[in-house]
Amino acid sequence: MAAVQAPPGMDKSAKPSERKGFLGWLNKRMPVDEFISSQLTGYYAPKNFNIWYFFGSLALLVLVLQLATGIFLTMFYKPGELTSFDSVEYIMREVNYGWLIRYLHSTGASAFFIVVYLHMFRAFLYGSYKAPRELLWILGMLVYLALMAEAFMGYVLPWGNMSFWGAQVIVNLFSTIPAVGPPLVEWIRGDYGIADATLNRFFSLHVVAVPLALLLLVMLHLVALRQTGSNNPDGVEIKKKLGADGHPIDGIPFHPYYTVKDIFGVGVFFVLFTIVVFFVPTFGGLFLEGPNFEPANPMSTPEHIAPVWYFTPYYAILRAVPNQRMGALLMGLAVFAFFLMPWLDQCSVKSMRYKPFISKLALAIFAVSFIALGYLGLQPAEGSAVLLARVFTVLYFAFFALMPFYSRMGTPKPVPERVTYHAH
Amino acid sequence: MAENVVVGDDEVDQSRRKFLTAATVAAGAVGAAFAAVPFISSWAPSERAKAAGAPVELDVSKIDAGQMAIVTWRRSPIYVVRRTPEMIGQLKGHDELLKDKDSADSTQPDYAKNEYRARLPEVLVLVGTCTHLGCLPKQRFEAHSAEMGAYWPGGFFCPCHGSRFDLAGRVFNGSPASINLKVPPYSFPSPLKLVVGVDETNKGAA
Repeated sequence: MAAVQAPPGMDKSAKPSERKGFLGWLNKRMPVDEFISSQLTGYYAPKNFNIWYFFGSLALLVLVLQLATGIFLTMFYKPGELTSFDSVEYIMREVNYGWLIRYLHSTGASAFFIVVYLHMFRAFLYGSYKAPRELLWILGMLVYLALMAEAFMGYVLPWGNMSFWGAQVIVNLFSTIPAVGPPLVEWIRGDYGIADATLNRFFSLHVVAVPLALLLLVMLHLVALRQTGSNNPDGVEIKKKLGADGHPIDGIPFHPYYTVKDIFGVGVFFVLFTIVVFFVPTFGGLFLEGPNFEPANPMSTPEHIAPVWYFTPYYAILRAVPNQRMGALLMGLAVFAFFLMPWLDQCSVKSMRYKPFISKLALAIFAVSFIALGYLGLQPAEGSAVLLARVFTVLYFAFFALMPFYSRMGTPKPVPERVTYHAH
Repeated sequence: MAENVVVGDDEVDQSRRKFLTAATVAAGAVGAAFAAVPFISSWAPSERAKAAGAPVELDVSKIDAGQMAIVTWRRSPIYVVRRTPEMIGQLKGHDELLKDKDSADSTQPDYAKNEYRARLPEVLVLVGTCTHLGCLPKQRFEAHSAEMGAYWPGGFFCPCHGSRFDLAGRVFNGSPASINLKVPPYSFPSPLKLVVGVDETNKGAA
């Protein structure tokens, strides 16, 4: 191999025992070199990643951004019926750069869902949920669930009128559970309505409990990823073709190749992200809704209640059903269906590149339905909007329910032995 | 004492070991369940929240005929409507449009489980939160209005998800809400002096 003499302590292949000085001392006590080598420089990822593979690392970046800005917001925010709304206004008007920290956090919430939805769509495109990555997919879905809980409770904290009524609507969903529903709702609220007690426990969960759960789940998601290795746009298992050195022929070390690629993605992301933060932080009422600039008022419902955009597909499904218990049940099923993907997809190939036309068509219909439901969930539930929501709800569920059948239909294109890759 | 004694697998009493493991797990689980009780219980309404849920009074004679007053009881708006004879008449003739015309599946005290859903036909008392997801239905008392349609006998309309209720709080077909608006416990200690939260079975003690 390389005969170039690396300076002492700089040689990446150096065994911990050969290290001198501080790094030698450190490595005897903590497996620093071993960790870097097993997780970064010696971790081989497929060489044919494309633009869809930016969003995992970007999700991690946004998580860190949310933790950092959240810690600072907690320093100035005062949870409580009488203090929450005013303390958010205090942050916006009087804390130095408070507006920036808050807008980074509120824009970060939407950015989180944008990158996570793109990350999930990537898995749909290339069959990343299929064996042997079922557990990786399920852990990712649990991250998504925790993220939804985190975002919902975070939205309640400013105690604006949409915070209050959003909490009212979502917490009341639990009242549709037979028998235990009403006492369960009272237990969640800690009062006979959404109240101070509700706000304070949501604050605790949003700031401590759910972030801890999120960090744990993200870690498990990464551990599971390291076990199976990344999928790729061809859906070819690179571990099946090993080179003389024991590494996959079609793999390249995560560091430096993909760290450099991801840093470029981070740059592009921050350009787009900061444009929103500085110029359109409310994003036309999509990221921060108008009624939330009024304090919570239990005696006045906003004319039109809509959740933030990332929940609207499910909200449209809830409203499309003329029976309340069925609506809530379908809403839950709409999320739960994702968990079943590894077993619903019976196609013999992973990637959309080689799947038959009918699978491509189904995914396209699903993507259109999801976006259409997201749009309809923002509109008042009247007339043709309800009818359209019902049509797209049926299409949404048909995608999952019929998958075991249509995914077997047609003949897949032959999958190459190795990944397709064109050097630039 | 001999050092480095190694016990062979055949000398280990596996059934005893399994029993001890199972007993330890069971005892730990029971302990964890008991330890969870105070934490779970802490989420229930506190004594202060219960005290704030005390009964409220309203002098119904001060409400004009055909008008509605709203009082707050247990953080819920309570709609009190002084129904006119015409409004009482409007309760009839649309039974086939209602999901639960006899209030069989709905929540109300026994004295309100009648055609008026009230103790007195002229006083309607309802919990003013939509039985769908808790928004506040708005009053649309005018019958056959252009906004609500020719069939409309007067009632309530929820702006959130479009649920419709008649002047007894009964839900119309096609609404996302499945049951009628709730009737809270209430009584009249003296004529037209309404107390919400107290009746024959609820003494008002929080």
